[in-house]
Amino acid sequence: MDFLWAFLVGGLICLIGQILLDVFKLTPAHIVCSFVVIGALLDAFGIYDNLIEFAGAGATVPITSFGHSLLHGAMEEAKQHGYIGLAMGIFKLTSSGITSAILFGFLVALIFKPKG
Amino acid sequence: MRLGKQTWRFEHDLYIQSTGTCAGPLEGKGPLGDFFDKKYNELHCGEKNWEAAERKLMREAVDICLKNVNKKPEDIDFFMAGDLLNQTVTSNFIARETKIPYLGMFGACSTSMQTLALAAQFVDTGYADSVLVAVSSHNATAERQFRYPTEYGGSKPKTSTFTATGAASALVSQTPSSVKIKEATIGRVIDWGIADANDMGSAMAPAAADTIERHLKDTGRKPTDYDMIVTGDLSSVGSPIVRQLLWERGIDISEMHHDCGLMLYSPEQNVMAGGSGTACSAMVTYGYIVNLLKQKKIQRVFICATGALFNPTVNQQKETIPCVAHGVVLESAGGE
Amino acid sequence: MTRLNDVKNYKKNIKSYHPKTNYFLNGLKAFVIGGLICDLGEAVQKFYITFFDFNEKTAGDPTVATMILIASLLTGFGVYDKIGQFAGAGSLIPVTGFANSITSAALEHKSEGIVLGIATNLFKLAGSVIVFGVVSAAIFGLIRLTVNNLLG
Repeated sequence: MDFLWAFLVGGLICLIGQILLDVFKLTPAHIVCSFVVIGALLDAFGIYDNLIEFAGAGATVPITSFGHSLLHGAMEEAKQHGYIGLAMGIFKLTSSGITSAILFGFLVALIFKPKG
Repeated sequence: MRLGKQTWRFEHDLYIQSTGTCAGPLEGKGPLGDFFDKKYNELHCGEKNWEAAERKLMREAVDICLKNVNKKPEDIDFFMAGDLLNQTVTSNFIARETKIPYLGMFGACSTSMQTLALAAQFVDTGYADSVLVAVSSHNATAERQFRYPTEYGGSKPKTSTFTATGAASALVSQTPSSVKIKEATIGRVIDWGIADANDMGSAMAPAAADTIERHLKDTGRKPTDYDMIVTGDLSSVGSPIVRQLLWERGIDISEMHHDCGLMLYSPEQNVMAGGSGTACSAMVTYGYIVNLLKQKKIQRVFICATGALFNPTVNQQKETIPCVAHGVVLESAGGE
Repeated sequence: MTRLNDVKNYKKNIKSYHPKTNYFLNGLKAFVIGGLICDLGEAVQKFYITFFDFNEKTAGDPTVATMILIASLLTGFGVYDKIGQFAGAGSLIPVTGFANSITSAALEHKSEGIVLGIATNLFKLAGSVIVFGVVSAAIFGLIRLTVNNLLG
């Protein structure tokens, strides 16, 4: 059941992206940026956590979860430190994602050669 | 001698004395693969980066072109070359190696006919005995300069074209051979308001139509006087548009119109709307069409190479794409 | 009959010459591939929960890191761009697409050296995502915190 919901919700999010790509002719960069902003917005209203609860990886794997995690980390830290906490916590939950992306990206670039 | 406003008719008998073509992997496997002098099986062509690979392609094309007629770079008066990279850097580096007095040129994908027309002009007026022309393009160098990194997973729309990998070179002189250069028509820059860099066929079609119309007007010929009217790289999108544009102006080229971008690849090869790039029209012309002329399978052909004159910076600033098309008439002189 | 030669409306009139976009097929491809990538994520997450000391809440971090590793390797092997051309947004929207944008940019500029090539260009494409994420999260956080403070 978990797999079915992850598939459906994750697929649906990608489908929205494809519609923006085909119908509204947005560039990939514009779409990905919009999705991150939407993820943060949904978290601002506390909706995204429900989606994760419901769809698991269907909600954590799409890039919208990046926006959600950024805001989530910021708000957690803000509970203790107020406004300064926002800046302190923004990368708190996304740290592992960004770190691994930089690390693996760098290592792969060192080892491989572009194939074209 | 000038005909009309934009066309030159050369007074002397000018010939394409020799050609050299070098193809990348996809182009070599395409329908014209057998017509290319040298083919590479992989995009790096044995070099350590894409730019070096493009230089190798142009170097090989130039070498083959000269070797065919037992010439050395010292025997050549001028070298005119161009490519798609910033500052036409591939051509500059080949000119550094050949040490032939050099004019670098940029007309995007129309550079092939721009260099050929000017080379013919130089030889016709007596300012040179022999001029070597060369152009190149490489899919990966163009992708990374104009679009995204080659390994990036963004999907391309169906209207986009595929930059050809390869290089082609030709030697222009008054030494008789089986391919004559008769006329050249220099195009105007036309911009009908297309800004989509993924739809260059639509952007360039009006420029091609303008040059073809001008050429026919200047020379007083009809389309049927040509066995082939070949456009550079309008692809499957721009080709029907140019035919329609001309048809509406009372010129029917549907019988003899071909497009290099569609000739270079077979429909099964995944190149979206078709091939593009400086090398595209040059490889088809110097590899395939020159061969047809040599064998007298066709008598007269008008090659109209089209170029989109833009760069990514101004394109992202929402400017539309200015386009140009230059045409050259080649005729069979018989012989072989 | 001079429809297409009408310069002012050229952009509009050429639309019929463009290949038709198969919205349904493209959407289906994006849906299926995107869904499958999320299912892979679900499987990785279940793996970490079952075999390692992670729970539903904490398994997200190693899952995302693993997905990024897979995407980076597929980029290195020259496969991810092929998947991308097929799946469109299906492989763009998942975090694997983010990893691909970083790795592909780094790989592409390898020839210019490790510092000026790889490191400088690493965020060439992904930078915009981080900028928009951080700026929007900061703004939304500011608003929410202020609202909370006013209400609380």
